[in-house]
Amino acid sequence: MEKTLKKVDIIFEINKSCSPIAVLDRTLQRPADEIVLDLIDSGLKGRGGAGFPTGLKWKFTRNETSDVKYVICNADEGEPGTFKDREILDRVPEKIFVGMTICAYVIGAREGYIYMRGEYNFLLKSLQKKLDDFNAMLTKKEIDFQIYFNSGSGAYVCGEESALFESMEGKRGEPRNKPPYPTVAGYNNKPTVINNVETLVYTTMICHMGPARFKALGTTDSRGSKVFSVSGDTPIPGIYELELGMPLQDFVDEFGDGDAKAIQVGGASGHCVPRKKFNDTIIGFEGIPTGGSMMIFNSSRSMYNVLHDYLEFFTEESCGQCTPCRVGCQQLLKGIEAVKKGDKPPTYLDDLKKLTGTMKIAAKCGLGQSVGNPFNSIVDNFREEIIY
Amino acid sequence: MSTTQLMVKDLVEKNGRTRNSLMPVLQGIVQQEKFLSEEAMLSVAEELDISAAEVYSTASFYTFLDTVPRGKNIIRVCKTITCHMKGKDEIINALCNALKIKVGETTHDNQFTLLTANCLGWCHKGPVMLINDDIYPDLTVQKALEIIGTYAKKPQ
Repeated sequence: MEKTLKKVDIIFEINKSCSPIAVLDRTLQRPADEIVLDLIDSGLKGRGGAGFPTGLKWKFTRNETSDVKYVICNADEGEPGTFKDREILDRVPEKIFVGMTICAYVIGAREGYIYMRGEYNFLLKSLQKKLDDFNAMLTKKEIDFQIYFNSGSGAYVCGEESALFESMEGKRGEPRNKPPYPTVAGYNNKPTVINNVETLVYTTMICHMGPARFKALGTTDSRGSKVFSVSGDTPIPGIYELELGMPLQDFVDEFGDGDAKAIQVGGASGHCVPRKKFNDTIIGFEGIPTGGSMMIFNSSRSMYNVLHDYLEFFTEESCGQCTPCRVGCQQLLKGIEAVKKGDKPPTYLDDLKKLTGTMKIAAKCGLGQSVGNPFNSIVDNFREEIIY
Repeated sequence: MSTTQLMVKDLVEKNGRTRNSLMPVLQGIVQQEKFLSEEAMLSVAEELDISAAEVYSTASFYTFLDTVPRGKNIIRVCKTITCHMKGKDEIINALCNALKIKVGETTHDNQFTLLTANCLGWCHKGPVMLINDDIYPDLTVQKALEIIGTYAKKPQ
């Protein structure tokens, strides 16, 4: 089914007649299994980028036997071009708290944490007050659950869930080997649900409006809507909630400046789509998935500079734990510099592409595995800009 | 006990004497002293009863947990692609000239340290800089210089 661009208002909707607390009260009256079935039925997939079905994550954690379980909200938004979680935290934090509390009820957790990147510490003052009020409300209602804030300290890799747990445990933010997955052994090695900020708000809203209304949006593979962070060469940068499954061309028509030559879908670790492929590219899990970052480049931009910037980013943000990523990122960066200077022949780019293949197989976490996405999509589509 | 030791003791008591408190404790020290001195890290190790190497191992991983002395105000200008496209270089150059330092350096009066940072999450309002915990989006050269001016005038 062909979709077109459609703006929706679910995440930021303020409904005076039905507050998030009212949704919470109503939802906690329902059997936990029923809530999980609703979430699975809704088709909601994680909005942080990886896209794991949220209902299944909750179900797996619910099925684990453990006295202690945790709910964690991943607010370590660090992907270049993404700023939607900051807006959500700022404008509708209560919906996040409610999502976490519903999750705690489903899986049987008594503690929840919001791990927010240090760059957003300026939000803490007002958020802490709102959280204190919310926790007091939970205590008053005799709901055995409390939420706490944790701050990051400027490490992109801590957005990776197992690195985030390590950081919360006071260690270097180095990703763990998987399995075990967080649903079995997450924070403090206990069963943990870790969801992105936006995902938790959608769980609240699905409990509010029912899975049918959510499912009616989007496509079979990509149900619902998603918040997009639009930046770069656009007259109207900002955040927009759009139905999933639209062709990229529609997006460019709406947000481009009339001269868009490439869109980086999914941030530095995402894919670069050139103008000639705008029409055939679907934004969603069946096409190119995104954590929300959409960066628009017009024809005045050098794609060499764009790729160079991304590779510098990864070289700095690689945790350095595994060799394929630590050395791979450095070599890719040095490699394109050498080709540009003429120290290496243009065919050297093909050797570098092979290196990204190795990184995809051998790197320990998503960071190293996905460096090939921007590298290959930019080199393949803008080879002449990299060489000359 | 030195003031640093007292501060560490205080932070540990507030956050709990467990390994899981290491990050909030280190963040608390940086909040007050702007960086982690050897004395501070050693006293954290002692208070939490873990090896000093473990403390340094964690501290040295995080960009915001500096282990070298920093000025009273830490400026971090975003250098990632969208801010790059919107002119972060002009902002950085203007700040370098005004403060008479290079990126990575601290002014002689110890008022400012100038650093760059990876994506700060304000791509729709670049260029952007963070001074300590405060964010300044939609920068122009003039705006950036005025902001620095207000910090320079602040009583310490």
